[in-house]
Amino acid sequence: MTASIETSSTSMDTADSAEDTAEYALRLGDDALILAQRMGEWVSNAPELEEDVALANIGLDLLGQARSLLTYAGSYLGKSEDELAYFRDDSEFRCAHLMATPRGDFAVAIARMLIVAGYQWELYARLAESNDDTLASIATKAVKEVAYHFQHAEMWTLRLGDGTDESHRRIQQALDDLWPLVDELFRTDDVEQRLSAKGIAVDSAALKAPFMDAIAPVLTEATLTVPTAPPSAGGGRHGKPSEYLGHLLAEMQVLARQHPGASW
Amino acid sequence: MPQRAPQAASRPQTFRSPIARNKPPVQFTGPNAESIAEIAGSVPDPELPMVSLMNLGVLRAVDVNEASGAITVTITPTYSGCPAMNSMADDIVTKLHDAGHPDVTVHKVLGGDWSSDDLTTTGRQALRESGIAPPTARSTDPNAGSVPVLCPQCGAQNTEQLSPFGATSCKALYRCLACREPFEYFKIH
Repeated sequence: MTASIETSSTSMDTADSAEDTAEYALRLGDDALILAQRMGEWVSNAPELEEDVALANIGLDLLGQARSLLTYAGSYLGKSEDELAYFRDDSEFRCAHLMATPRGDFAVAIARMLIVAGYQWELYARLAESNDDTLASIATKAVKEVAYHFQHAEMWTLRLGDGTDESHRRIQQALDDLWPLVDELFRTDDVEQRLSAKGIAVDSAALKAPFMDAIAPVLTEATLTVPTAPPSAGGGRHGKPSEYLGHLLAEMQVLARQHPGASW
Repeated sequence: MPQRAPQAASRPQTFRSPIARNKPPVQFTGPNAESIAEIAGSVPDPELPMVSLMNLGVLRAVDVNEASGAITVTITPTYSGCPAMNSMADDIVTKLHDAGHPDVTVHKVLGGDWSSDDLTTTGRQALRESGIAPPTARSTDPNAGSVPVLCPQCGAQNTEQLSPFGATSCKALYRCLACREPFEYFKIH
């Protein structure tokens, strides 16, 4: 990653909130970066060529969002996007556990895309109104991209859920397996509350109901059941990473760490 | 040929952009900024070479420093992950160097919020002539999802989407059910 897109100047009242804003941008950026890496694992592994292309494009959108968000976080932390992506260890990442969960089968990819795009759409549609100009610009662009991700996941959820017995079983299993990780996306904390009081961040807890309103009808139409599994402990936002994140980072970071500063 | 969900073709777009757009016009400041913008804007998109950056709508500002003659060109990406941005910037610098302007900087900003609405009429026509269907409606049109994508080869309305993602971020894969030709569609964004 080189020559990132510049972020515009931010509003005045963010000066007091620099540390919180950096933390918040890291959370959103890490979610996008780690899921982009998982999407990249699908290249040449998808069930058909069109899906190779689709999953790679969705990963590319997420990577672009991640670059803008990490560049912005880095502007407060005195680090480049590359330093943040390649030279932090797993406990320094701030992504939700759902993002790092292994690739799984195609049903897992679709179920996760439905959940994450549904969440990100609700988030970015609101963050586009942020008092922080940079976050608002990033969200304004991202919301249109994740709308296409959601539509794609929706189409496949219907096709798999209302398809064969086997495709139905697999997508229901994927939803059941991922569901305990969903709640973490909608947990708010002090950082987020301080920022949302200033109109900078979006309170994640407020996104849960609209998210369910978007997801539930899709699952019903796909003849699937909304899972009821209890939430897992999470902790990805606070330095307790998914057990799978370290393995993902080992692959994602190895080149940059073996050849620091290399370019071509 | 992959099977497709019967609902998919006729389903309305679930989500539209909730954001009202207020696109600022291209800003020219300093001596000869407009003629320099003409040169910079004539650079072709590296992935859609039939469309110039000006006609794609990604060129946002040209500033010429009156004292030093230093040129700053501002461009904005189509999609967040657009991998063509660096190559666009390099091409602008080269083109302006060739035109006798040694001091050129390209700024890439997000604030311009590009939309497919920014494609010019010339740009749309160039896409169509190259076999790529241009966007069917404005990004804020509530009925955008139900406007048929016309086949750029034969003009038929009877087309279907094969995949919402194509060879670049901005395109989807379609085929015409009248002339049977596959084609690319520049998505509403």
